[in-house]
Amino acid sequence: MGATPLLELQRISLSFKGVKAITDISFTVEQGEICALIGPNGAGKSSLLNVINGVYQPDQGLIGFNGQRYQKMQSHQAAVQGIARTFQNIALFKGMSVLDNVLTGRNLKVKSSWIEQAFHIGRALADEIKQRQKAEEIIDFLRINQWRNSIVGTLPYGLQKRVELARALASEPRLLLLDEPMAGMNREEKSEMSAFILDTQREFGTTVVLIEHDIGVVMGLSDHVVVLDYGKKVGDGTPDEVRKSPEVIAAYLGTTH
Amino acid sequence: MIYRESGQFITSYQADHRIFKLYQQRWAFYALLGFAFVIVPFIGNDYWFSAILIPFLVLSLAGLGLNLLTGYAGQISLGSAAFMAVGAFAAYNFQVRIEGSPLLVGFVFGGVAAAIVGVIFGLPSLRIKGFYLLVSTLAAQFFVTWVLTQFGWFSNYNASGVISAPSLLILGHDFSSPAGRYLLTLGVVTVLAFFARNIVRSELGRHWMAVRDMDTAAAVIGIPILKTKLLAFAISSFLLGIAGALWAFTYLGTVEPHGFDLSRSFQILFIIIIGGMGSILGNFLGAAFIVLLPILLSNLSANFLAGVVDPGQLENLQKIIFGALIIFFLIKEPNGLARLWQLFRERARIWPLRF
Amino acid sequence: MEFFLEVLTGGLLAGLMYSLVAIGFVLIYKASGVFNFAQGSMVLFSALTFVSLLERGVPFWVSFAVTLLTMIALAWAIERVVLRPLVNRPPITLFMATLGLSYIIEGVAQAMWGAQVHGLELGISDAPLEIGGMLLSQFDLFSAATAGILVLFLSLLFNKTRIGISLRAVADDQLAALAVGIKLQRIWMIVWAVAGFVGLVAGLLWGARLGVQFSLSLVVLKALPVLIIGGFTSIGGAIVGGLIIGASEKLAEVYLGPIIGGGIENWFPYVLALLFLLVRPAGIFGERAIERV
Repeated sequence: MGATPLLELQRISLSFKGVKAITDISFTVEQGEICALIGPNGAGKSSLLNVINGVYQPDQGLIGFNGQRYQKMQSHQAAVQGIARTFQNIALFKGMSVLDNVLTGRNLKVKSSWIEQAFHIGRALADEIKQRQKAEEIIDFLRINQWRNSIVGTLPYGLQKRVELARALASEPRLLLLDEPMAGMNREEKSEMSAFILDTQREFGTTVVLIEHDIGVVMGLSDHVVVLDYGKKVGDGTPDEVRKSPEVIAAYLGTTH
Repeated sequence: MIYRESGQFITSYQADHRIFKLYQQRWAFYALLGFAFVIVPFIGNDYWFSAILIPFLVLSLAGLGLNLLTGYAGQISLGSAAFMAVGAFAAYNFQVRIEGSPLLVGFVFGGVAAAIVGVIFGLPSLRIKGFYLLVSTLAAQFFVTWVLTQFGWFSNYNASGVISAPSLLILGHDFSSPAGRYLLTLGVVTVLAFFARNIVRSELGRHWMAVRDMDTAAAVIGIPILKTKLLAFAISSFLLGIAGALWAFTYLGTVEPHGFDLSRSFQILFIIIIGGMGSILGNFLGAAFIVLLPILLSNLSANFLAGVVDPGQLENLQKIIFGALIIFFLIKEPNGLARLWQLFRERARIWPLRF
Repeated sequence: MEFFLEVLTGGLLAGLMYSLVAIGFVLIYKASGVFNFAQGSMVLFSALTFVSLLERGVPFWVSFAVTLLTMIALAWAIERVVLRPLVNRPPITLFMATLGLSYIIEGVAQAMWGAQVHGLELGISDAPLEIGGMLLSQFDLFSAATAGILVLFLSLLFNKTRIGISLRAVADDQLAALAVGIKLQRIWMIVWAVAGFVGLVAGLLWGARLGVQFSLSLVVLKALPVLIIGGFTSIGGAIVGGLIIGASEKLAEVYLGPIIGGGIENWFPYVLALLFLLVRPAGIFGERAIERV
C-alpha cells in the first residue's frame, strides 16, 4: 500500500432540508485497493459517493484526494482529478450508441478544438482516431464489441451496466466509484462483473470504491470494508475484521438491539 | 440488387469515421449534388426556383439550426425566427453601412450577430431546464421583433420597417436571377450542412447528445455543461441567422420584422418534428414537406374539390392537417421522416430478402 | 398617485384574466404532467362556440350547456387520441403534441365559426363605480368575483370530493396512483374537461372585454410567464402570478413606455419571468426537487 492514501474523507456531514443524510464520517482509501461501502438502504452510501465526486456538496468536512484537500468538490473538478463513477440507476446517454457512450468517457482527453473538428483540420482526425482506439480497447476489455453500434437504450439491463463501466473506464480513472454495479443481476452475471472489477484493479491499478448489498460478493472482492448505518460509520476494516465486529452485526444484520 | 455492401470492408477507424460508409451512398450523394448544382439551374423555371426550391433550401437550413439546439443538444426553443431576424437585419446593415462589402462576408456577419444574441438568451439555460427554457426563447422572440420594429436605425429608417436585399454580387457575378439566387442559396446551404454534419459526429456533437440525454451524468464525466450549452445556442443561432439573411436576400427580397414572428418559429419547429429530431437529412425532408404540402393542398382543392372547399377555408384546413400530422408523427414515428427513410434503406440493403 | 392606483387596479384586473387561463394550465400540468400549449386555443374554441350559438338565437344557458358539453367531448377525444398513445413519453414530446393540438383546435374553430370578430354581451354594465374615491368598472368587479367563485369551486372539488383526492394522488405519483386502482385515463379526461370549463369562463370574460376573435388564443402566451412566477403546480400561485404580471406590465407600459418606446407589454412579462427564474427557479410557490442519481 502507498504511503499516502488516495482518498481521505474527514468528518463529512450532509443534510437535505434539515434531514441528516451523513453524519461525521471519516475514512481513508489506499492506493490500488478495492473498498466496499455496505449498509442498509438509506444508510447514506450513495450520498457519500455523490459527495466524493461533487454531485452533492457536504455541509461540513474535508475531502482529501491524491494529496490535495477540498472543502467541496465540483463534478467537473472531480472528473479532471481522475474520479469516474457509475450510478445506481444507470445514467447512460440512452439515445447514443455504445461506442459514442464510451467515447464520451474520453472527453477530457480530447485535445482538438471544436473548430478543428468542424472543418476537419489540424489535429481533429488524428485525435478522433486516437480516442477511438482507446475506446475500442475498453470495449474489447469488457467484451461488448458486438453491441458497439447499438443504441444504448435498446440494450438489456445487465449490458447497460457493463457499458456504464466501460464509459467510466474510458477516462482512465485513478478512482472508480461504483454504485451497486451488480444490483438486479443473477449469480452468473455477478461473478462476471466481479471479474471485470478485479481485472480493472489488477490491469490498470485503479482504486475502486463500490457499494454492494451482496455480502458474499463484498467479502470475496474487497480489501477494505466500511459499514454505514443511519448516516454514521459503524465499522471499518478488512472483510474479516468487519465480519466479526459486534456493532456491524447489530447494525447491518439487524439482530436484537 | 444495386444497393449491395458485400465486398466492402471497413478496415480502419478512419474509414469508419466517414459520413457515407458505402460507396453506393457516396456516389448517390455526389450525383444528387451534381444534379442540383449543374442540371437544375438549366431545367428549372422561375416558379420552381422562387416558390419551391429557394424556400425549401432556406427552411432546411433554419431547421438544421434548430435541430442542432433541440434535436442534438436537447434545449427546446420557440425563438428560432428571432435569430433569423437578427441575421437578416445584421447582414442588411452590414451591406448598407459598409460601402462595397462582400455579400458572403455579410452573411457571415449576420450569422455571428445572431450567434451573439443566441448566447445571451441561452445564458439562462444554465440555471433553468425544460419548459422553463421556453420562457427565455420566447423572450428572445418578442424582444427582438420589438427592438427591430421600435428602432428605425435597424431598417435604415424605412417608414414601414422593411429592409430590401442589396444587389447579389459575388466577385462581379450577378446572382439576382431566380436561377442565380437558387445557386447562391444552394451553395451556402451545402457548405453549412457539411459544417453541421461534421460537428454532430465530432466530440462536440457527442457532448450535445450527452447533455440532452442526461446532463447530471454528463457533468460527472467531465463534460463542461456551460460551454456545451452555449456553443449549442451559438452555432444553432449562427445557422438560423444565415438562414434569416438568405430568407430576406434570396427568397423574399424585402422583409419586415413581423416576417419573423412566432408562427415562423413554430413552422421551423414543425420541420424538425416531421423531418426528424437529431438528424441532418431530416431537416431537408421536413422542409420539403412543409413547402410542398400547402402547394399540393391548394392544387388538389383547385382541381378536384373546386366548389367543395371554399378557398378561404384552405388555410384552416392546412392548419388542421399540420396539427394532425404533428401528433401523428409524435405518436407513430417520433424520429420523423428521416427514420422512415432509414428503414426504407435497410429494406433496400437486403432486398429481395425480407429479413 | 391616484393615476398610479388606477393603472395598478386596471393591471390587477387584467392579470386576473391571465390567472384564469393559467389555472387551466395548472390543472392539466398537475394531473398529467402535460404542459398544455392548447389551453389558449381551448379558450378561443369555447368562446367562439358559445358566441356563435348565441348569435344563432340559442338562449344563454342552453348555449352555455352545449358549449360545456362540447368541451367535455373535446376532452374525451384528446384523452383518447393524443394522451393515451403518448403515455410514458418525455414531457417535451407531450408539449409538442399540444402544439399540434392547438393548430387543430384553432383550425376547426375558425373553419366552423369563421374568423370575424364577434361581439359578446353578457348583460353586465361596464359603467364605472366609485369605490373609495376610485373609479372601478363594474364589469371588472364582476370578473374578479367570478374568478373568486371559480377558485373556490375548484378548491372544493379538489379537497372535498373523491375525484379531487384521486387527482391529487395522480399528481403526486402516477404509478402509485395506478397501483391503488385509480383510473388514470378517467382522471385525465375529467381534468381536461374541467380545464375546458375554466377555459370557457375565461373565454367569456375576455370575449366580453375584447370581442371574441382569434387573438384570444394568444393569451396562452401571457399565461406562460404567469406560471413561471407562480409555479406550475399551484392554483394560488397562478392567481398571484397573474396579478403580478398584469399589474407590472401595465405599470411598465405606462411608466417605462414613454422612455424606451411603446408596446413593451409583449415582452415585459417574459423578461420579468426570466428574472424570477434566475432568482427562484421553481417559482414562488413551487418546490425545488432534490436531484437523485
